[in-house]
Amino acid sequence: MRIAMLYTRLRVEERLLIDAFDETGVDIDLIDTRSLVLDPADPGRWNEYDAVLDRSLSLTASLTIGRVLESFGVRVINPTSATAICSDKLRTTLALERAGIATPGVRVALDQESALDAVEAIGYPAVLKPTIGSWGRLVARLNDRDGAEAVIEHRAVLGSAQQGVYYVQEHIEKPDRDIRVFVVNHEPVAAIVRTSEHWVTNTARGATAANFELNSEAADLAIRSSRAVGADLVAVDLLECPERGLLVNELNHSMEFRNSVETTGVDIPGIVARRVIAINDSPTPSCAGRSR
Amino acid sequence: MTSSTQSNQETIQAPCPECEAPVAFSRSPLYGEITECAACECELEVTNRSPIRLELAPEVEEDWGE
Repeated sequence: MRIAMLYTRLRVEERLLIDAFDETGVDIDLIDTRSLVLDPADPGRWNEYDAVLDRSLSLTASLTIGRVLESFGVRVINPTSATAICSDKLRTTLALERAGIATPGVRVALDQESALDAVEAIGYPAVLKPTIGSWGRLVARLNDRDGAEAVIEHRAVLGSAQQGVYYVQEHIEKPDRDIRVFVVNHEPVAAIVRTSEHWVTNTARGATAANFELNSEAADLAIRSSRAVGADLVAVDLLECPERGLLVNELNHSMEFRNSVETTGVDIPGIVARRVIAINDSPTPSCAGRSR
Repeated sequence: MTSSTQSNQETIQAPCPECEAPVAFSRSPLYGEITECAACECELEVTNRSPIRLELAPEVEEDWGE
């Protein structure tokens, strides 16, 4: 069996995965995405791999390389179809909505003035997010019209074309935490709560992680979300809405777990490695939703 | 960029390219591995394994994430 792992940086997560593969006795080839030159006409050595685990930090690299490899018939984990949905908050919203999965309300606009209309339609406070981005970057809570006007103008003047997509999300008055469920092959394997005094509860922004005992509601939402996007591996972020119960906030296709292994007592990298090794025993997942 | 010293089997280290403090590894690092300088908190990337060479890690880009 031959497996490759694509990477941008070998962080703690990638090192844990390398160790996990070592323990299974399966050698993996480490491939720095920066070093690649791909020939769309020639699969070369790529067809020798039974699976390619994508741990690239760069979404652009993930999709570019993944699409080429999949055209050769190489099994990429996650499939680029899942990566494309999870990495884009609008596409995630569409997939969740089409699958009937509870998620915060969203409005999308493409112009400064209509963006303000979108915020007003959602009501204050509202959350403005880039459709593509991670780790809580450039996420803004808009508490009033003055703030909304300022942030939207800054986006329009200083941002890239991508920032011209105004994704406005309902603000959920959650407790000072959210829930993350790690899902492998559509099965929840571990969960944490991320707690912060800041309204953004990303661990990348300083939130602390603790084990969360999965209940049936969270597990069901996580499984349905994973199936909706056709992911082999996904971290499902849930918000606890006082009125509507659990809502799926975001999906993460290249999940980070360095703070979750010891916290949960679950060998997440080991489970991921075994899933990658067993990948040929199961078909490529497809999206359950109708948004693709 | 700066290169490493390995005085014995237990000590694998290289100077931080930013502050020159020693950056120690508990085991032989891999090419591309990311570490942090305990002294100046810079993120560093291993760009050579023998001898170990450290450079400042690339800045986070707009489309990076999980």
